[in-house]
Amino acid sequence: MIEFRDVTKRFDDGTTAVNGLNLVVEAGTITVFVGPSGCGKTTSLRMVNRMIDPTSGTVLVDGEDVLGVDPPTLRRGIGYVIQQAGLFPHRTVLDNVATVPLLTGWTRRKARQRAAELLELVGLPAELGRRYPVQLSGGQQQRVGVARALAADPPVLLMDEPFSAVDPVVREGLQDELLRLQAELDKTIVFVTHDIDEAIRIGEKVAVMRTGGVLAQYAPPAELLTRPADDFVAGFVGKDRGYRSLSFVDSSGVEVAEVATIAEGSAFESTSDWRLVVDADKRPQGWVAPDASVVPGGSLYEVGAPIRGALDSALSSPSGLGVVVDAEGRLAGVVTARQVLDVIESRRG
Amino acid sequence: MIFADALAWLLDPVNWSGGKSIPTRVGIHLLYCLGAVLGASLIAVPLGLYVGHTGRGGVVLVGGSNALRALPTLGLVTFLYLIAGGGTVGVLIGLIVLAVPPILAGAYAGVQDVDRGVVDAARGMGMTGAQRLWRVEVPNALPLLVGGLRNATLQVVATASVAAYVGIETLGRPLLDGLRVLDYGQFVGGAILIALLAVVLDGVLAGVGRLVVPAGLRLTARSRSRRTPPRRREMPVPVESGGSTA
Repeated sequence: MIEFRDVTKRFDDGTTAVNGLNLVVEAGTITVFVGPSGCGKTTSLRMVNRMIDPTSGTVLVDGEDVLGVDPPTLRRGIGYVIQQAGLFPHRTVLDNVATVPLLTGWTRRKARQRAAELLELVGLPAELGRRYPVQLSGGQQQRVGVARALAADPPVLLMDEPFSAVDPVVREGLQDELLRLQAELDKTIVFVTHDIDEAIRIGEKVAVMRTGGVLAQYAPPAELLTRPADDFVAGFVGKDRGYRSLSFVDSSGVEVAEVATIAEGSAFESTSDWRLVVDADKRPQGWVAPDASVVPGGSLYEVGAPIRGALDSALSSPSGLGVVVDAEGRLAGVVTARQVLDVIESRRG
Repeated sequence: MIFADALAWLLDPVNWSGGKSIPTRVGIHLLYCLGAVLGASLIAVPLGLYVGHTGRGGVVLVGGSNALRALPTLGLVTFLYLIAGGGTVGVLIGLIVLAVPPILAGAYAGVQDVDRGVVDAARGMGMTGAQRLWRVEVPNALPLLVGGLRNATLQVVATASVAAYVGIETLGRPLLDGLRVLDYGQFVGGAILIALLAVVLDGVLAGVGRLVVPAGLRLTARSRSRRTPPRRREMPVPVESGGSTA
């Protein structure tokens, strides 16, 4: 658990980066600090491992005032991931990951063995360990950065805009990976970002901060979307928040209907209905329109995912029928947007 | 004509034996260069690393080393000869003063130029100041540091000739003698030897640089590795853009 008590940080030039911050980060959760630049989110994060010391107030990690611990010792017990990874260019990937274990006195052999395990954990092939950071893609470097932070198995992980320098597709993959890791490792993670979508996607709780270092709202993401504390938060959360809040609504009550299918490769004639093309494993491959033309499908909705996916699936489908699949990607049935909206309406009841 | 004379001088057996032979002079020249670069390194490397590491005194350092560069070495050597009464120390000090600025600049800039994210990560991992310096900053500063040493060596090799003014048998001797008696073969021959020595030493240092600079720093981003795209829940045929939210 990390606790900020009345924490204020004023820099020498007179700017107040953090102003009277009171906040508790629960153990075993991902907590995101989000806000525009100059809101003090990074400064707050850096006060946890004493990269910056507060002007006044107390930061506690597991009940202990961090100012009572000497910085190198404190930092070796806290994982630290930064933007663009900050990998050591003169060391191999494996030795980068082994940094903290080596600092804490492990033998080289044991540290490298641990490093190899971590590369596997973050989904990198073992042979990457012998390469140098410059030989990796941005996404791979970021994974190595996460592996390095986890090497000594610290209970707390600080992540300062770790994914903001990679392209959106890679970023989404890294976010998924982080959520998967967290489900496995159960760390206390503080994650800083300026991207509200990222915050809502990965945060269990989100602290929205405003310029001048004031906490505007500290709540689970669903609550930020449905009950923003003030105009600043509402504005920062952005447009479409009604639609986006459906990411936090489960899909119970949505009925899945049958749909006519055509086996891939088989002949077909025109009929009055849309029919779904499936392969031998029953995986959807596209639609056949009533005029017998083949049309690509929309997004797929996996059974059990939040209701937003069901609605999107229906809205993006050329036939108006959202395709529902099971966990293996096999066809489970279809839903319509009207049906999904009825479920949402009835929930409001 | 002059080059034929120079070649004749270089090949004359008389010049290859005795206390004033070419090998002796090359040896003495080398010794002074070595002493000067070593002496300058002892001063400039720790100073440059310290200032680069702490970030304190950078302005003073840059100003000071620029001021040093402005000192004429010949005048300094003559002055030190006059006040110290001996050649060796004066020449060494003069050459050290010449060699300090490039080495200082290399060490300082080397540490200063290490990616701020890398230094931040080193701190955040829990490295102490000394660990950060030796394990991260110095290895990453090596390319520029070696560059500074090469620079200093070239300047010292060229300038060690001035030692001849105060009676030391460096490769400056044939230059002075040749000029005095208008023996241009000897003059050009000496100059050729100095140039050769400079090229050889620079080559040696380049080799040393290749040995000590970590492999990861020599690599370029040329060999980009393949990137695995994340799994998308999207119908595979035909390709359609747009995000899946399922």
